[in-house]
Amino acid sequence: MATVVFSSGLQRYTGGVERVNVDATDVRGLIAALDTRFPGIGQVIGSGMAVAIDGEIIPDAMLEAVPPDGEVHFLPPIGGGAGGDRGRTAQRT
Amino acid sequence: MSDERKYRWVGTRPIRHDGVDKVTGRANFGADFSLPGMLHGKVLRSPHAHARIVSIDVAPALALEGVKVAITGADMPDIASEMGTAGEGQVDYAEVSRNVMAREKALYDGHPVAAVAATTSEIAEEALSRIVVEYEVLPHVLTVDEAMAPGAPILHDHLRTAGLDPVPDEPTNVAQRIEIGRGDLAAGFAEADEIVEHEFTTQMVHQGYIEPHAVVARSGEDDQSVVWCCTQGPFTVRAMCAKLLGLDVSKIKVIPSEIGGGFGGKTTVYVEPLAVLLSRKAGRPVKIVMSRQEVFRGSGPASGTRIRVKLGAKADGRLTAAEAWLAYEAGAFKGSPVVAGAMCMFAPYAVENVKIEGYDVVVNKPKVNAYRAPGAPPAAFAAESALDELARKLGMDPVELRLVNAVKEGSQAIYGPKFRAIGMVETLQAAREHPHLKAKLGPNQGRGIATGFWFNAGMQSSASVSLNEDGTATVVSGCPDIGGSRTSLALMAAEELGIDVQKVRPVVADTETIGYNDATGGSRVTFATGMAVIESARDVVRQLRERAASIWGVELEQVEWNDGQALPINGADEGELEPLSIGTLARRAARTGGPISASTSLTARGAGPSFATHICDVEVDPETGVVQVVRYTAIQDAGKAVHPGYVEGQYQGGAAQGIGWALNEEYVYDEKGVLQNPGFLDYRMPVASDLPMIDTVIVEVPNPTHPYGVRGVGETPIIPPLAAVANAVRDATGVRFGDLPMSPPTVLARLDAR
Repeated sequence: MATVVFSSGLQRYTGGVERVNVDATDVRGLIAALDTRFPGIGQVIGSGMAVAIDGEIIPDAMLEAVPPDGEVHFLPPIGGGAGGDRGRTAQRT
Repeated sequence: MSDERKYRWVGTRPIRHDGVDKVTGRANFGADFSLPGMLHGKVLRSPHAHARIVSIDVAPALALEGVKVAITGADMPDIASEMGTAGEGQVDYAEVSRNVMAREKALYDGHPVAAVAATTSEIAEEALSRIVVEYEVLPHVLTVDEAMAPGAPILHDHLRTAGLDPVPDEPTNVAQRIEIGRGDLAAGFAEADEIVEHEFTTQMVHQGYIEPHAVVARSGEDDQSVVWCCTQGPFTVRAMCAKLLGLDVSKIKVIPSEIGGGFGGKTTVYVEPLAVLLSRKAGRPVKIVMSRQEVFRGSGPASGTRIRVKLGAKADGRLTAAEAWLAYEAGAFKGSPVVAGAMCMFAPYAVENVKIEGYDVVVNKPKVNAYRAPGAPPAAFAAESALDELARKLGMDPVELRLVNAVKEGSQAIYGPKFRAIGMVETLQAAREHPHLKAKLGPNQGRGIATGFWFNAGMQSSASVSLNEDGTATVVSGCPDIGGSRTSLALMAAEELGIDVQKVRPVVADTETIGYNDATGGSRVTFATGMAVIESARDVVRQLRERAASIWGVELEQVEWNDGQALPINGADEGELEPLSIGTLARRAARTGGPISASTSLTARGAGPSFATHICDVEVDPETGVVQVVRYTAIQDAGKAVHPGYVEGQYQGGAAQGIGWALNEEYVYDEKGVLQNPGFLDYRMPVASDLPMIDTVIVEVPNPTHPYGVRGVGETPIIPPLAAVANAVRDATGVRFGDLPMSPPTVLARLDAR
């Protein structure tokens, strides 16, 4: 099973849990499994966070394979612009 | 990847293919292009930092003879929020649209509010003065302190702080809060024998590229638009113009000119969509060239910041805890590089207990854009300055303190994952052994060191290699050459093909000639586009071997490619077959299967991070407060230097820009929020006479995921200088400067107050 490591910022969605083992073959399945265990975390980590698998940061990783003994981290997107009203339609300023 | 491999071309220093054109002035930059019947566009910009646009009347401008069209925000489609790629980061197209042309409100001094196109630039300029704009001036905020204060004037009524749970339903200027960390911070500090805590500020600075943004757009009756412009990302310009104007991507072709510097600042659009819109309305080509003043006021500089750092360490120097709080100015729209700053600042060190909190804050200044390792230099300034103070408290050599804590392969980065092969320790060891560190200092002189880390990017690249009929080759990529990448790509093709690099012609193509390429940025082109070139060249070599096998009547496995020729092996060499050179095979191509070429499109994976250690000596004039950098050494891991001369140039250029950031550069605003120094006379960048020769050391710890071991090198060198200079000034004066820039009046005031 892959090991998922949560940063302190994500641990508020896991009740303080830092590491979990998850049985999943790809990132999409892994996020679904995490969301089942920690309801609501799927939306946080599945919408714009980068994924690091065994040390490699992958920006769009939904279809990425997860090795059985892999170590997975979720990271904030490195580039700017993902915060605030992301996902909302055009707004009047 | 083979670090044992002997290279013939990779690692050499040929003269760049575009060198003669550049030094003779023949090279065509953005403003050099013109078309028959072309109109000249000009942009009217807000004189206010924050104002409601009550009305805009362009009729008086249109009444002027020679004025053909005028546009305002009302002519721009109101597009939905949608994230897209720009440089290394993500942008919201809806906000890019509102940045290139204001709608209901002007959000900074210099925000475009209207544009015209006329038969001459003088008439266009006159037309701008006739446009009547009624503003309702609003209170403004210029710093993160002002913007985050309770009751602060709000830029965007709809903005809420992402990253808080639950998201508050109050309008705010804080677009996002992020937190990264691990371990037990309190326990880490409790374990420490020494603790240091400091606060730092940096000011908004500009990339300072010498070439202003320039564009010519031509639109025809067939609805197609062609855009000639200086940009780091022609495909980005195409995507943004299409999105912002509601067009299909296929309706726009972008032809990149030579580029006179970008440093991240030319990875988005400013005047390009306006030129396209004006040309579509006028039915004639339209040229817009930004003035230097417009570049300062209306393009995308780097964030001003406020950062607090607290470090704890054992007496032996081992870090036990690291805490930081960062707030970055995003400019008028969300999206500062605070995340990268947070992730980079302690990345060179292995620390078990870490907490970093970051805030992305909108202010009434230009929307920031990428600037060489976006976000990292201010964060490293804070972290490395604090580390310098810690070394002093511990009585440790600053290099040794860093070596005690340096990350290596298998270390857990503070932002989470484990590092693969990296060269942090090696750059520190190279610094320790460098004569610079042992040289004696003179009166009023001091020495500082600092390190830096940058991720480097891979992203999407396409490239092709075509064999010409005489055995020379053409390499086509879609990444504008901002740092010598053309010749680096040619070197890699030459290496694979086994021909002289001067027989390889590298070309930067337009958006209709090559497959998609992400922008030149993220220190990615030599790494990622290089992979596409290597793959294509290897395909060409395979085809050449097939042709030789066909001519000789042997199997493919019986043909080896070596030094530009096919050789018979595996039994084929027992006969009388003569080697077939690349020229011979190229000349026979028509009779053996046709032209030989290959294209590769890929998303490059496995970009290797790059670490640097810089050493800086300064002399501080106690009478004037002038800080002179008297010696500087930049040491960095390149993985494998494809063209060492260009790698050294990147180290030197990054160091020069970082020194400017440290000593003099800053956006200066008056109390009304109007920029006071939008020109190189008052915005003081270092010139050659300000700097010593910057020594360089190329460390090579191969990146195991690249065929030659290449890492990106362009961004890391701007990260250490801010702290290296500040630490040197501290050494020379005994005064810790936490606020940049360390300009003469600031330094003198602090020295006088000692």
